[in-house]
Amino acid sequence: MTESTMKPPKKTLGPVAWMREHLFSSWYNTLLTLLIGYVLVTSLGPLLSWLFFDANFAGTGPESCTGAGACWVFVSERLNFFIYGFYPDDQQWRVDVMFILLAVAFVPQFIEGFPGRKWLGIFGMTGLPLIGYFLIPGGSFGLEEVPSTKWGGLMLTLILAYIGILASLPIGTLLALGRRSDMPIIRGLCVVFIEVWRAVPLITVLFMASVMLPLFLPEGVNFEKLSRALIGITLWQSAYMAEVIRGGLQAIPRGQYEAADALGLGYWKKMGLVILPQALKLVIPGIVNTFISLFKDTTLVLIIGLFDVLGAVQSTITDPAWQNVASEGYVFVAFCFWVFCFGMSRYSQNLERKLDTGHKT
Amino acid sequence: MKTETITQANGSKPAGPKPWYDPRVRSIFFQIVAIALVFWGGWTLVDNTLSNMESRGISTGFGFLEESAGFGIIMSLVPYDATMSYGRTFLVGLTNTLLVSAMGVVAATILGFIIGVARLSSNWLVAKLALVYVEVIRNIPLLLQIFFWYFAVLAALPSPRQSVEVGGSAFLNNRGLYVPDPVTQDGFGLVWGAIAVAIAAVIGLRIWAKKRQLATGKIFPTFKVGVSILVLLPVLAYFVAGSPLEWDVPALKGFNFRGGITIIPELAALWLALSLYTASFIAEIVRSGILSVSKGQTEASKALGLPNSLTLRLVVIPQAMRVIIPPLTSQYLNLVKNSSLATAIGYPDLVAVFMGTTLNQTGQAVEVVAITMAVYLTISLLISLFMNIYNRAVAIKER
Repeated sequence: MTESTMKPPKKTLGPVAWMREHLFSSWYNTLLTLLIGYVLVTSLGPLLSWLFFDANFAGTGPESCTGAGACWVFVSERLNFFIYGFYPDDQQWRVDVMFILLAVAFVPQFIEGFPGRKWLGIFGMTGLPLIGYFLIPGGSFGLEEVPSTKWGGLMLTLILAYIGILASLPIGTLLALGRRSDMPIIRGLCVVFIEVWRAVPLITVLFMASVMLPLFLPEGVNFEKLSRALIGITLWQSAYMAEVIRGGLQAIPRGQYEAADALGLGYWKKMGLVILPQALKLVIPGIVNTFISLFKDTTLVLIIGLFDVLGAVQSTITDPAWQNVASEGYVFVAFCFWVFCFGMSRYSQNLERKLDTGHKT
Repeated sequence: MKTETITQANGSKPAGPKPWYDPRVRSIFFQIVAIALVFWGGWTLVDNTLSNMESRGISTGFGFLEESAGFGIIMSLVPYDATMSYGRTFLVGLTNTLLVSAMGVVAATILGFIIGVARLSSNWLVAKLALVYVEVIRNIPLLLQIFFWYFAVLAALPSPRQSVEVGGSAFLNNRGLYVPDPVTQDGFGLVWGAIAVAIAAVIGLRIWAKKRQLATGKIFPTFKVGVSILVLLPVLAYFVAGSPLEWDVPALKGFNFRGGITIIPELAALWLALSLYTASFIAEIVRSGILSVSKGQTEASKALGLPNSLTLRLVVIPQAMRVIIPPLTSQYLNLVKNSSLATAIGYPDLVAVFMGTTLNQTGQAVEVVAITMAVYLTISLLISLFMNIYNRAVAIKER
């Protein structure tokens, strides 16, 4: 005791003191630290050497994979397929243009104080889908037509997630308004719609979209597989979106509604000019989180036979020419998804901290 | 304006708004339009569906549930073979879904609580490890994780002849995990009876101890005594009845193991992936729940002289549970819904068996999809109901 009061700096500052406090503060913490340290050291070594040191990075085919580690040659050889699917090689610039525009529109949203980032965001929600509508399928403006059966890989994943979120936002907003409506029948219809879609798994929705939608439509009207999947995803997602937005609507104080009424605004003006701008801003983190889960859920389309990035990898790892490349393929896909999802979740966490005014009820 | 005031002053009725400006009239009008639209839409769908099914020669009705299925299922909890009906396949799928969901909920809850607490550990290494786990696992699609466990890890296990042996009675190979099956003999009823008596005794003990504590302030070690009753009484009954239990140990016959309980790799992969994935979300919920209890509460409890364990049990956990329960419910619901990903690796759950094979064989899409969706709707509503009851029990009691 006296010793520590005599010379405090050595024991309270510096790495030794930090380790004493954070790693060896009691006998069980010491035991835990040693145990975890041992497991980490023994497992990280082989993992790192599999990932990097023993791995083969350069080469042209299966014969280049001679090391004991991962065969990254497989991923680099098939990268084109993983990103573009069966999209024709000479037309891939169109997809690249969309990738660049997507990055231009949305990456600045992560950077505080980027000039014109609001307008870039608005462009990403309005102009970008319009350009994509003409650019990706082609068939107009002298562009060669590329049917949706040839789309695949990361590009398809992004298309599914992007259109899913874009279409579900307005539908979800309407559903949320309906659920908060004073009219009992409208409210009842919205509640039933939202709860039914939220209760069933996405797989059953996709099955339904691919098996039952053709039955529902009149003779002669039909969509291709991708559109059917998109209809299913959008309806399913809009139910989730509605619940997120409803949270925002409920967070707006009553005074705001009453003030808008007092100004003599009609329902749509009240919602459009006073309530929704505040409510939507409040729930941006929630919307981003919904987007993250939708982004991960797009992998399910491989079950109904679309080649998203996981589907593309899954179909190539069974190629007998390459032996046991399943882990490499999965690590690649996991990395792709992780980068997107982690980035977005960080963004929504920051936003949440910024929007948290500290007087939540 | 002026004329209006005058007429009012004259004693006649005030002129109300024109009917199309009256909010009540408007609301009734819009609701009638909405109902009309829904009915028209529904009728069109039904009409289209009926004419489409007629032109494709698909029969309607639920008669197919009685027909013989004629396909095998690799795993079933209820007795099943290919001669049984489609109704039976539904039951097999449903029980398999419920099995993997229940296993997943239990494992994910335990793991999630451990990791959530670990994230708040004072040990830096433990906290960081938990953080890395959460951030890695929850940002990778579940389907990918299922594939990883099934195609990359479990498929790499040795063949049945080179099985990994655990204690000479459990075997692990790429066809599954084989463990001994307990077979109850005559006289095991006594053990069941003992278990029932022990549970009743513990409940009685609890009530008595609580009453005594309220009356005298003395604390009775209910937990320790209760656990000893629960363990000792059945064990005693087991030996009194003459050990009425035999083990059916799996043995290698030909190319595969026979006997015992088999956990097929499809179930193992799905269970692992579901539990690990959901645990990462539950961990975050638990962490935020514990953090939501303000420091003053812990300090107040310390000031009252409560030891650490009681502070945790009586002050922190009850308050944290209020925050934890609602999001935990939606995680359980997600887990049940996500168990339908089974169909991607061929675990025979409801979607794979009923919406997959049965639908393909009978072609009766409308009935099969409707039944499947109704099942998930029911499960979701039931879980919400139970969790709401529990939530009401732990919710803050206000005047």
